[in-house]
Amino acid sequence: MTRNEAISQMLTAMADDALIQGHRNSEWTGLGPIMEEDIAFSSMAQDKIGHAWALYRILHENLGGTEPDRFAFLRGEKDYRCCHLVEMPNGEYDFSLVRHFLFDHAEAVRWEHLQQSTFEPLALTARKLKGEIKYHTLHANAWITQLCRAGEESYARMQSALNVCFPLALGIFEPSPEAETLLVNEKIYAGEATLKEQWLDRTYNILSVAGLNLPSEGSVTPAYGGRKGYHTEYLQPLLDEMGYVFRLDPEAVW
Amino acid sequence: MYGGGYIFDEPDKRQLKEEQLHDDPEKLVEFEARIARGEKIEPGDWMPSEYRRQLIRLIEQHAHSEIIGALPEGTWITRAPGFKRKLALIAKVQDEIGHGQLLYNAAETLGKSREAMINDLLSGKSKYSNVFNYPAETWADVTVIGFLIDAAAIVNQVANAKGSYGPYCRALERICYEESFHLKQGHDAFIELATGTPAQRAMVQDALNRWWQPIMHFFGPPDKNSVHSEKLMQWKVKMASNDDMRNQFLDAYVPKIWDLGLSLPDENLKKDPVTGKWCYSDPDWDLFKKVINGGGPCNKERLDVRKWAEEHGRWVRKALMNPAEKTTAPVA
Repeated sequence: MTRNEAISQMLTAMADDALIQGHRNSEWTGLGPIMEEDIAFSSMAQDKIGHAWALYRILHENLGGTEPDRFAFLRGEKDYRCCHLVEMPNGEYDFSLVRHFLFDHAEAVRWEHLQQSTFEPLALTARKLKGEIKYHTLHANAWITQLCRAGEESYARMQSALNVCFPLALGIFEPSPEAETLLVNEKIYAGEATLKEQWLDRTYNILSVAGLNLPSEGSVTPAYGGRKGYHTEYLQPLLDEMGYVFRLDPEAVW
Repeated sequence: MYGGGYIFDEPDKRQLKEEQLHDDPEKLVEFEARIARGEKIEPGDWMPSEYRRQLIRLIEQHAHSEIIGALPEGTWITRAPGFKRKLALIAKVQDEIGHGQLLYNAAETLGKSREAMINDLLSGKSKYSNVFNYPAETWADVTVIGFLIDAAAIVNQVANAKGSYGPYCRALERICYEESFHLKQGHDAFIELATGTPAQRAMVQDALNRWWQPIMHFFGPPDKNSVHSEKLMQWKVKMASNDDMRNQFLDAYVPKIWDLGLSLPDENLKKDPVTGKWCYSDPDWDLFKKVINGGGPCNKERLDVRKWAEEHGRWVRKALMNPAEKTTAPVA
């Protein structure tokens, strides 16, 4: 595996995560429990999809990848590298909120590290996105904390959503040993194990304040497979929907 | 997005008489003088009960139209072709929900809570713009909505922004500013199809054919059939006649559509060179009434979506109303 192949593999996984999470966030438009949350999830959807677009552009412009629209909208399911967490349907607001909390803290840790990446286009993008992701984590923290203090039902919902989301969220950090070794040696990024440790520290602190129990890592089976192209049954229908108009005529300008 | 014209109901005569008994005639004279001088009425100011009632009804239905109006286009967010269109559409629909929020706040200043307004929407007591009871069948429908329905809404909202109630006017100023961007994104996507492949052109022509009647309905029944309330005009609640707004819209947009080589499904549509007014076939006003009263193709579907949101979000709202401990700042 070459350096560029390893970078492309990492960027594809990050971009696919952002795109699919953005797609799920956008599905809340018009359905939020209060209008303010509708607006918040729409706004985060735009940021996530924008992040994916930025990464696909790096792939296209710096690494010889396919044009972003075609890459995002026309690939087959097996060629996507997103983790299972983002593929899951939105479910109820509790699931979506806890997923957003776990996912965005992972994003925050990853992008903070990438500011120091020796791969310059990525480091530049990381500095640009920092501000946006800060608001995503602030939003998630505020809501998790608030709902955990607001009575038995919402507390119980938060804890059970956390139990469901946690093994899925570990899939964000699915190891890819060959590429990782190369990328860590080249100081392009810190490696999944390092990022995961920091993510666990951060989320643990906030969840403790909220009175929630983070399941122990050893007690669950991480949902791996996404980074190798093995997906849940939910991804294919999502991709069919996402590419529906674009596939009518991929050569046309829409 | 909102079209007016059919929102002003005839009050229950007996109830009105009863309410007007409590309206101080001297204050009424002063109130009407203020409006005549172009002053804005603010929430704490004295106002006649009928003014309050009609404004609540107007602003509430406008707010409902924003959140229901988000739905037909919203269903295409996940299918929008390409990053540019997808991001623009999410931002646009998000704005519409934001307009709903601004307008519910404005209506709340008149004494009706957001919850009460949403409940009236769900029970069918309170209406919203009829145009959203039609389905968005293809991507081209999204471009027709974004271009022409937003354009029609702007005609209506620019007029209303000059009305007499301060909070509503201020909300509308901001809304109009955002709507003008919506119009640009709708126009851009519409042009792309209209100048695209034969299949894309056919798609946009088909959408125009289906949306034309709802668009003609948008401004409400013709002036000759609608019960005009001079009072509402005098109080600057109703700012322009339905026919005038419709004419203004046709004048601005029909030539743009024709210039693109597209047609509109009305052979009588033409501008009278003498009067400068547009002539057109009367749209089916019985259908209009039927759709308002729940008989349109998507009335049930639209309300079902809102009911889902209300039911599934109830635990969240309940939790927010009764926090055991209040947090005032996010935990960073």
